[in-house]
Amino acid sequence: MSPVVHMMLFQCINFGKEILQEMDGFWQALGRAVGLIVGGDAELIGIVGLSLRVSLGAVAVACLIGLPLGAAVGAFRFPGRAAASVVLNALMGLPPVVVGLVVYLMLSAAGPFGVLGLLYTPAAMTIAQTILVAPIVAALTRQVVEDLDREYAEQFASLGVGPLRRLTALLWDARYALLTVALAGFGRAVAEVGAVMIVGGNIAHATRTMTTAIALETSKGNLELALALGVVLVAIAVAVTGAAMTLRASAARLAYA
Amino acid sequence: MIRRAPVLLLAALLAGAAAAEERFIILQSTTSTRNSGLFDFILPKFRASTGIEARVVAVGTGQAIRNAARGDGDVLLVHDREAEERFVAAGHGGARHDVMYNDFAIVGPAADPARIAGARDAAAALAAIARARAVFASRGDDSGTHKAELRLWRAAGIDPAAHSGTWYRETGSGMGATLNTGVGMGAYVLTDRATWIAFGNKRGHRIAVEGDPRLFNQYGVVAVSKARHPRAKAALARRFVDWILSDEGQAAIASYRVDGQQLFFPNAARRGRVR
Repeated sequence: MSPVVHMMLFQCINFGKEILQEMDGFWQALGRAVGLIVGGDAELIGIVGLSLRVSLGAVAVACLIGLPLGAAVGAFRFPGRAAASVVLNALMGLPPVVVGLVVYLMLSAAGPFGVLGLLYTPAAMTIAQTILVAPIVAALTRQVVEDLDREYAEQFASLGVGPLRRLTALLWDARYALLTVALAGFGRAVAEVGAVMIVGGNIAHATRTMTTAIALETSKGNLELALALGVVLVAIAVAVTGAAMTLRASAARLAYA
Repeated sequence: MIRRAPVLLLAALLAGAAAAEERFIILQSTTSTRNSGLFDFILPKFRASTGIEARVVAVGTGQAIRNAARGDGDVLLVHDREAEERFVAAGHGGARHDVMYNDFAIVGPAADPARIAGARDAAAALAAIARARAVFASRGDDSGTHKAELRLWRAAGIDPAAHSGTWYRETGSGMGATLNTGVGMGAYVLTDRATWIAFGNKRGHRIAVEGDPRLFNQYGVVAVSKARHPRAKAALARRFVDWILSDEGQAAIASYRVDGQQLFFPNAARRGRVR
């Protein structure tokens, strides 16, 4: 073997070893993170619980606003309807940091809603995420409802269905597609870090979520632990989505049985 | 019932926020004090002693001061004396007290392209970095550390902003994020010693310059003024300031160690003794 090839081989092996060591660190950290959850570590479970509470709360409120709003834009003809659709679609891209900043200025003691004392609380985080999620729910609902309305238009016309009845019928018949819409909103909320960081403050045992904890561990240089927490976050998102899809499947079976 | 669930959820969220309001204060502070683990160590002692929970919002000194100046906090614990005194002079806070100190250091890659390892003159070291056009990662975020770095550049007679984007790179983020960036691109970084010792991603980086008196890093505490900000919890904030300046609080700071090293050195003025 020539010395050059020997050198290269040696370097490759060394490089491989380094990667394996890094992976080792990651697997250890992941094992630790999973161990903390399974072992019922109060701190990590608190963080996971707060993430779910804030993000699911935001999705619930966003659905209360976004479903009727999106359905109305999708089903009714009115002046400015095209513009409304464009605005809804554009608002899907709201930058979380900007939303966080605006909500911070609103809730700050020096702001118009300062008297409520909501800054640095989970309620403030829920409000910020609701603003992020509501346009997604509304815009996607508009599309779903508009498509369905085209299909139903003749029936509605022949039966002389009133506007409110029409909305509820469309929303109800689109419910499975709308579950996916809600899940898209949940994905946005639970993965978002910019807004909750500003309005929540990433306070230990009070407003620390999975994403702000990941940002914190990264800034401490604990990259493996940060990555492991990221994997836990993805696992939680999969679990929530899985639960919703299972619910949907069994509901559909019941409906068509 | 199902239809009302989201409303109930929202109500529960708001009620929860209101109920938990009584016995805690918001402490606007810096990333160095939080990331080094100091608060995790001393705040439980403060709580055990007074029953008050201190909730830490850890941001750069500049942002912490601005947040407190808007009334979003009860106590300020940061490290930029001039800015703290301006905060007090503007009526946002009561008296400012020295709490503790540590020092800054310039860390850099093992290869040491600017040949500054072991130097004691921090300004001369920065001048050498500029001459070598070696990469330097700056906080660039108006934090206490950033201000200290800018003072050193001024002492060296160099305007780093003129080189922004070339060898001088402003990350615009916290200490830890800047250290991650600096380690990633083999840059020199000015860091406080506490964050550096507790930092977990050093790779080949090591301390190049330390020990210059200009690298002294003083932390101060100020209670937010109730006269200016009616929502500030002045009584609870007062107890925090009293505690951290007391023998008990100062001893707690002194006893915090990472890898056997003391990270912060208490230096509050003793009661009745003028410094």
